[in-house]
Amino acid sequence: MAQLKNEMKFEFISKSANESFARATVAAFVAQLDPTISEIADIKTAISEAVTNCIVHAYKHGLGYIYISVKIFDNGQVTIRIRDKGCGIENISQAMEPLYTTGGAERAGLGFAVMQNFMDNIKVISKVDRGTTITLTKNIIPRVAKNG
Amino acid sequence: MIEVKIARDADTATAFITGDIDHHTARDVREQIDAYVQETRPSLLNLDFSQVQFMDSSGVGLIMGRYRIMQTLNGSVSVVNVPAHLKRLIKMSGLLALGVIKEGEV
Repeated sequence: MAQLKNEMKFEFISKSANESFARATVAAFVAQLDPTISEIADIKTAISEAVTNCIVHAYKHGLGYIYISVKIFDNGQVTIRIRDKGCGIENISQAMEPLYTTGGAERAGLGFAVMQNFMDNIKVISKVDRGTTITLTKNIIPRVAKNG
Repeated sequence: MIEVKIARDADTATAFITGDIDHHTARDVREQIDAYVQETRPSLLNLDFSQVQFMDSSGVGLIMGRYRIMQTLNGSVSVVNVPAHLKRLIKMSGLLALGVIKEGEV
């Protein structure tokens, strides 16, 4: 069993200026596991997608809080939970299809595809009018193993 | 933080983007580029990504949107100088099928 090494939580309102704040904050915390630049870039990209979904979709009718919690384990596992109390997702499998978007012409419809591609695991729980919780997991390879 | 500088050489406009592209900053970039191309009608719009430190799928949306606009103006778009750290996202994005990125760029 992996032992919990550290844990943190933060929350902020769904303003788009907070997208960079959210990914930089998570990246700074995960830095304790000594990840590679590429591992950090993967996590930042996935967080950016998840938070953008909260802003563009969950809270499309007004501002609300976004809650992020991060756990890191001694085996290098990172678990990030992104939660909103927004409109929820009616059809999760449709929302996760690459290129599907309700966000208009400037949205690529790749948010979930990027999260799936850049992280090792994703879990989505959603209830209409109650909100959505996304749990992302990534295994940071310990430095000893990286160095061969 | 994001900055866009647009240079012109005959019929070609090149937009140099410096900073992080996300949903928040993409709007600024989009507005500046669109105002320029609507007014000056270049036949080729280069998007120079060499100084893009971070990009999520909003950057893909930004490229697709400019591709559509340039099509309506009978022009084309080319993404140039793609840094190594953006290649994975660009490869999975479907942008290659659109023909806006030259072979060898990613």
